Amino acid sequence: MSKAQTITTPAVSARLLATAAGFTAMMLLLAYLVAFDQGALSQTGMYLHELMHDGRHLLGVPCH
Amino acid sequence: MPLSQATPGYIQLLLRGLLAGLFAGLLAGGFAYLAGEPHVEAAIAIEEAAAPAGETAEEPLVDRDIQRAVGLPLATGLIGLALGGILATAYTLLRRHLRTGSDTHAALGLAAAGYLGIVLIPFLKYPPNPPAVGDPDTINQRTAAYLAVLVLGLVAVWAATLATRTQTHQWRRAAAGTAGFLIVVTIAYTLLPAFHEVPDDFPATLLWDFRIASLGAQTVLWTILGITFAALLNRLATRTGTPQTATVTTA
Repeated sequence: MSKAQTITTPAVSARLLATAAGFTAMMLLLAYLVAFDQGALSQTGMYLHELMHDGRHLLGVPCH
Repeated sequence: MPLSQATPGYIQLLLRGLLAGLFAGLLAGGFAYLAGEPHVEAAIAIEEAAAPAGETAEEPLVDRDIQRAVGLPLATGLIGLALGGILATAYTLLRRHLRTGSDTHAALGLAAAGYLGIVLIPFLKYPPNPPAVGDPDTINQRTAAYLAVLVLGLVAVWAATLATRTQTHQWRRAAAGTAGFLIVVTIAYTLLPAFHEVPDDFPATLLWDFRIASLGAQTVLWTILGITFAALLNRLATRTGTPQTATVTTA
């Protein structure tokens, strides 16, 4: 690695912060859906919750 | 780089984080299937044996085989996707403040910070439990405490970074960082409630094996996420050329 190539991250602007906040909220919602939702968000009853039961346990999330 | 490309730059980074996260999550799911599922099965067998005699097992909403083969990789894949997106966002916003000229060091450093704050610190305070362990009546308190220790874990990493930067000599930097980290972790561990809900007759070896498998799956996730994200960043740098080299070095 004699020539380290670096990339420039975009300048932090209000627009970037708003976009980043929006995507972060979506990511947290997705994580909530997997880790904690019991049908209120997914609207599938307990189906998604039960489907991902083992994943929750093995990802270390308190389950029941 | 023209300013008009600022936001596309974030999206490009975000897509790479999501891809790395999905890949890492699926690999972690494979690991969890092989290393963790036998222990989940054993714990469920204990749970069912302990059920009161009159209580017949209710028809499960989702078949066990589907939970294992579909639900598990789905859960780890989606969590990986979310964590990858958050890592890429953190990279985009924090890269200028990371005092390294290497994108790889920056990406791996952020992934290591996430692993420490989101996995290791919560794991040591609230180790994961298999089915048959845990009192359903305390699930809300345990969930809140888990989220609190997760946030405080990230605060501890942040405190360590800030403390490191107050010093110049290397050994003083290490000492200050360690002190900042330990102060936050000690306060968090002391103030957060303890939950002792393992049944007396639950096999200790099964509990240990399950917890190690869970830690292993999360370690696979974060390791692969960090390395894959770093690899994709390097490809991006190679492809876009180097005219902007060294514009981001130290802040």
